[in-house]
Amino acid sequence: MSAKAGTGSTFERQGLSDEQLVAILRIMILHRTLENRGFALNRQGKIPFASASEGHEAVQAGAAMAFERGKDILVPYYRDLGLDLGIGLTSYEVMLSLFARIDDHSAGRQFPHHYASKKLGLYTISSVIAAQTSHAVGAAYAMKLRKERGRAVLTTFGDGATSEGEWHEAVNFAATHKLPIVFLCENNEWAISTPLSAQMGQPDVYKRAAGYGMPGVVVNGFDPVACYAVTKEAMDRARHGGGPTLIEAKCYRILSHTTDDDDRSYRTREEVDERRKEDPVPAFERLLVEQGVLTLQSLEDLKASILAETNEATDRAETVAYPRPEDLFTRLHEGPWEPWQ
Amino acid sequence: MAVATSSSQVLNNVEAVRATLYEALKADDKVVILGEDVGNRGNVFLITKDFVKEFGTERIIDTPIAEASIVGIAVGMAMEGLRPIAEIQFADFIYPAFNQIVGEAAKTRYRSNGEYTVPMVIRTPYGGGVRGALSHSVSVEALFYHVPGLKIVVPSFPADVKGLLNAAIDDPDPVLFLEHKKTYRLIKGEVPDGHYVIPIGKANVKKEGSQLTVVSYGLYVHWALEAANQLEGDGMSVEVIDLRSVRPMDKTAILESVRKTRKLLIIHEDNKFGGIGAEISAMVAEEALFDLDAPIRRLAAPDVPAMGYAMPLEEAYMSSPAKMAEAMRDMVKF
Repeated sequence: MSAKAGTGSTFERQGLSDEQLVAILRIMILHRTLENRGFALNRQGKIPFASASEGHEAVQAGAAMAFERGKDILVPYYRDLGLDLGIGLTSYEVMLSLFARIDDHSAGRQFPHHYASKKLGLYTISSVIAAQTSHAVGAAYAMKLRKERGRAVLTTFGDGATSEGEWHEAVNFAATHKLPIVFLCENNEWAISTPLSAQMGQPDVYKRAAGYGMPGVVVNGFDPVACYAVTKEAMDRARHGGGPTLIEAKCYRILSHTTDDDDRSYRTREEVDERRKEDPVPAFERLLVEQGVLTLQSLEDLKASILAETNEATDRAETVAYPRPEDLFTRLHEGPWEPWQ
Repeated sequence: MAVATSSSQVLNNVEAVRATLYEALKADDKVVILGEDVGNRGNVFLITKDFVKEFGTERIIDTPIAEASIVGIAVGMAMEGLRPIAEIQFADFIYPAFNQIVGEAAKTRYRSNGEYTVPMVIRTPYGGGVRGALSHSVSVEALFYHVPGLKIVVPSFPADVKGLLNAAIDDPDPVLFLEHKKTYRLIKGEVPDGHYVIPIGKANVKKEGSQLTVVSYGLYVHWALEAANQLEGDGMSVEVIDLRSVRPMDKTAILESVRKTRKLLIIHEDNKFGGIGAEISAMVAEEALFDLDAPIRRLAAPDVPAMGYAMPLEEAYMSSPAKMAEAMRDMVKF
């Protein structure tokens, strides 16, 4: 297990090259930059809504590094911008989603960050909590039925999802059939306004794995390299017939749930300020500089290129047309839409 | 009386479902069946009896008792290229799967702008007249009828069961396939051999008539035909339409018939309030009000939760050929 980022103790890079470490950091910074841009656009009145995942950058960028593009399937939830970017989603596609433009994956129908791309292996989701978990299990079943090796499904969710009956059903089925799937819980301690203490009798989601008959692993969700390592191990096991794993990455949701939520009604500023000290983004920046993977100059260059990319994506997406009213009627089912169908 | 020929055989509705599923499993490795007790038990009505011996436990999947994920897992299988046929053991147990059907399966193509599709069938036995009480008798079509993106098929005759189930399995989008369990062994008919498809959304005029149009589906089509034939002996001419699917619905067939007979009676086993008959009535009122010679009438279940277990409660809830004949007679004489 790698040392906690920024602690100064021995750094275990888990076989990752300098390029891979920088790629992880790049996704973390890009994730945060795009998300902050979404909030700014909302405050400017340019987009109606944005959701928050500050504090999730490390687990998402780390887990994404364990995803094999062109083989694996990702069935995410709506707070997974960093994972989506980490498997190949572009900043431009993110901005099309935020701006609800015609070229968005859903053609402007879905909330932001509900992507769908077969090319990326990225499944379509709704906003209904845990509804995607059984889809992920179905996809893993298809892989097993076809006796495919070297592929697995990665599905993610928050701590809130683990209260849903459907989540239990899906995890139980995967364990019963030893399916090639990894369940990654991004435990940020809050289900909108409901803390862990009001969600479960004991706070460790990973311990439930024993009850299903699968390995359960807990990891520091602020440490991207550790998150990569546990996800890689679990995905490799799944890819080669070893069955499912439940991973719990303990992190924290630093911002409110969305632009429509005000967290001051349910948690103190002191709590949030204290937890922000664990912010994984500056910590991983410091670590890579300390380890000589990046110089201060190359870090600044990286940030500048990410900002330029974000600006370019914002400007480009904003010029794309909205869907037309008649686009309401397309792709409901195969063939043309007709009333009374 | 149905007679087997060299190119057909006489089957009841259970046998028709079974034969169609068997042929689908033989024809396409991507077809899998999942549900409660579909494996070694062979389904509670023995529809999938011995399938597991031929196709194995990986394609005939005994699931845990978990309806939401039976449908949800089928959605994921379909998105990954399989052709799942999910079974809900009784329609009364479908409620836990409501979100997966309405919020997920029916919206997947739309929300991904065509990137992902869900070619999936959900089969479930429904309906009363079998002493099924509150939780083994309900009709669920109206609960799902409101949902764009979902097809709902309700076959009544063995030949339609086969042709429509084949259409449902071939369909690129999700189909809810409702099988009336009282018709399972009661109704027999000639079923053509080989693969054929009856398009979803086409009604069937089962009996032509000139004085009244009766629109129905499911078990009640059989009872409506019995009543209409009885009235024929009294010199009354009643047309009976079997809808076969309630969404999409064959608006053209209904309007053509109503414009001919100028009277409409809708008969269904499901509750009257907010039922299929309400939508048909509204449609005909909008499209053909001035072609009518009598008020539209609906003969349907009362506004109570379901039929009771005790025989008098079941009989009071359900219609009958006699009650149907009385309503038809009143309409013809109006």
